[in-house]
Amino acid sequence: MSMVRKVASISAALLLCAATSTAALAQKKYGPGVSDTEIKIGNIMPYSGPASAYGVIGRTEAAYFKKINDAGGINGRKINFISYDDAYSPPKAVEQARKLVESDEVLFIFNPLGTPSNSAIHKYMNAKKVPQLFVATGATKWNDPKNFPWTMGWQPNYQSETQIYAKYLLKEKPDAKIGVLFQNDDYGKDYLKGLKDGLGAKASSMIVMEESYETSEPTIDNHIVKLKASGADVFVNITTPKFAAQAIKKAGEIGWTPTQFLNNVSASVGSVIKPAGYENAQNIISAAYVKDVTDPQWHDDAGMREFLAFMERDFPEGNKLDGSTVVGYGVAQTLVQVLKQCGDDLTRENVMKQAANLKSFRTEVLLPGITINTSPTDFAPISQLQLMRFKGEKWELFGDIISADVDG
Amino acid sequence: MSALQDSVTRAPAVAAVPKGNIALGYLTSTMVVILLFAVPLFAKNFVIFQMTIWLIYAIAILALNILTGGSGQFSLGQSAFYALGAYTSAILMEHFGVNYVLTLPVAGALCFAFGFLFGLPALRLSGIYLALATFALATAMPQILKLGVFEHWTGGVQGLVVTKPDAPFGLPISQDVWLYYFTLVISIVIYVFAVNLLKSRTGRAMMAIRDNEIAASAMGVNVSLYKTLAFGISAGTTGVAGGLGAIAVQFVAPDGYTIQLAIALFLGMVVGGVGWLPGSLVGSAFIVFVPNLAEEVSKGLSGAVFGAILIVVIFLVPHGSRQVAYKIQDIVRKIRK
Repeated sequence: MSMVRKVASISAALLLCAATSTAALAQKKYGPGVSDTEIKIGNIMPYSGPASAYGVIGRTEAAYFKKINDAGGINGRKINFISYDDAYSPPKAVEQARKLVESDEVLFIFNPLGTPSNSAIHKYMNAKKVPQLFVATGATKWNDPKNFPWTMGWQPNYQSETQIYAKYLLKEKPDAKIGVLFQNDDYGKDYLKGLKDGLGAKASSMIVMEESYETSEPTIDNHIVKLKASGADVFVNITTPKFAAQAIKKAGEIGWTPTQFLNNVSASVGSVIKPAGYENAQNIISAAYVKDVTDPQWHDDAGMREFLAFMERDFPEGNKLDGSTVVGYGVAQTLVQVLKQCGDDLTRENVMKQAANLKSFRTEVLLPGITINTSPTDFAPISQLQLMRFKGEKWELFGDIISADVDG
Repeated sequence: MSALQDSVTRAPAVAAVPKGNIALGYLTSTMVVILLFAVPLFAKNFVIFQMTIWLIYAIAILALNILTGGSGQFSLGQSAFYALGAYTSAILMEHFGVNYVLTLPVAGALCFAFGFLFGLPALRLSGIYLALATFALATAMPQILKLGVFEHWTGGVQGLVVTKPDAPFGLPISQDVWLYYFTLVISIVIYVFAVNLLKSRTGRAMMAIRDNEIAASAMGVNVSLYKTLAFGISAGTTGVAGGLGAIAVQFVAPDGYTIQLAIALFLGMVVGGVGWLPGSLVGSAFIVFVPNLAEEVSKGLSGAVFGAILIVVIFLVPHGSRQVAYKIQDIVRKIRK
């Protein structure tokens, strides 16, 4: 080999080296809270106060991230999950969000829980351009990428659920006379709006009665009697667990047998159907998006077994029958997917970009066929549900996966 | 005549604080004020925000202190006045475009009227019965705010988002620093007002009622007027704190003003020392910072840790920070000798 060729090859090799190293440098872009070994993530949960039952979601997520870290982290970076308590108080949520962003300097805030708390920090997070990612509330307003490009939900929103009921009604029972019972707050009204939007022009003729109740009422029996008297043959039950059980029981007692729809919020067998009485709950229709741990049909399901193994090994103190642990597990998996997609470009911009670029992603606790899809104009990750009917002592899924995308 | 015997023999509900001891000396006060003014030069925005919240709660505790320490009446309903003030400011700013500075006097005046009127029926009650009546007010308030009738104004459960004011005159400081100084100036004004109030004729009348209602009325003090007046002033001051709170937090919602807040304020007053006005700052620090500390000790048991700290404080210094301050004063005097 001549001297010239040697020099040429060496310089070529050097050039190549330089090129790849600059390429590597260009790829590595870090926002606040990120280093070669760590990604700092904030979270706000009601560990104390009136909604402390949901605190288990944060603990499940912490356990899941620990599992990921023990397995080497994401692209070699460990997740540093900083979770604070806001006691479900909006002013406290603002304080904790500011602490996370300005003092702990996290990359983003993940899965903060509750509509009031998220409303309180909504404007702040968007002004600061810090992602408020996969918020744990079903309000429809989180899907508003145009005005709030830094906020994204995760679970199906309330409106899409009742839209699905409306679609079903228009197809199966177009001459229905609908009586609605709803809780008089943002949650109840969101559901009602979805129903009306879904029915479209026929809403005013099909809905014969809208009854609202306050959570302060000890019993809602009188509303059920009124709804029966209205002659409705379809009952849409938009209530939280305690009231849902009362409503189903009362309808049974007074011999009112309409086609009943029960919102997913209260679809729990243990806390709603059982107290209401199985005999009163037969053929009630509801909708679901995650697998029910108590449902025997998932006993041999790979995804469910993986979840149960996680609960046993990494979070033994958690209650696997509590639906919240399933949700916490699913949302944590979705975040890990987003961070994997980010690669070495861990800036706030790229986190939002990748969160808005989830294509047919599945966490295996979702019902078969339901996938997580987002785009720069669609900030509603899960917008599919499947209808189910109560038979005997459990829910039976039926029909196809139905999707309904609703903008905030 | 049992009522007379009762009130003569019964120990006063609140331990009396001598009039001269309700405030700090001039030197100490000046030092504290200079310190408070200097903080933003060294602190991060988040810390400044926390300190703003601290000052705001201190105003609310001071208001309760005027009521309890001054006139000897209990209230567990301060969260209701706080909420009323917060909503007044928020609604005026967001729906009517009123300047935030001007919303505070309105919030104060409205709460004063509300507190004064509430004080009238409360006149028939005393001690724990009054505490219960005000407790009812605090529990009712969040639900009233959710009522559909007001929803157009209050935003219902969703609450209202408030725009944070920029520093005026193009001052080169951040919104947080400006709001801190704004709150600090208002706090000082309210503090000076409260000290002077309690040292004035009105204050003496209130304290006479606190120490012995019948003796006070025998001396010619108009008991019902001063009792309701104390309620009104306390409510009005709390309303100003509420308005400031809404501006600082940039958000009002019914869930922010539950009975928890009323209890926190009451707790702050006890820890700070009933009837000792500077204690409001200490009490406020306790309710703002100690929960964070407790959370760091244990996430799942933060409430229990907070409770344990509280019990320790109450056992060691039952008169709150007042007791500690007096101790320090004694030591300083001994050293000087």
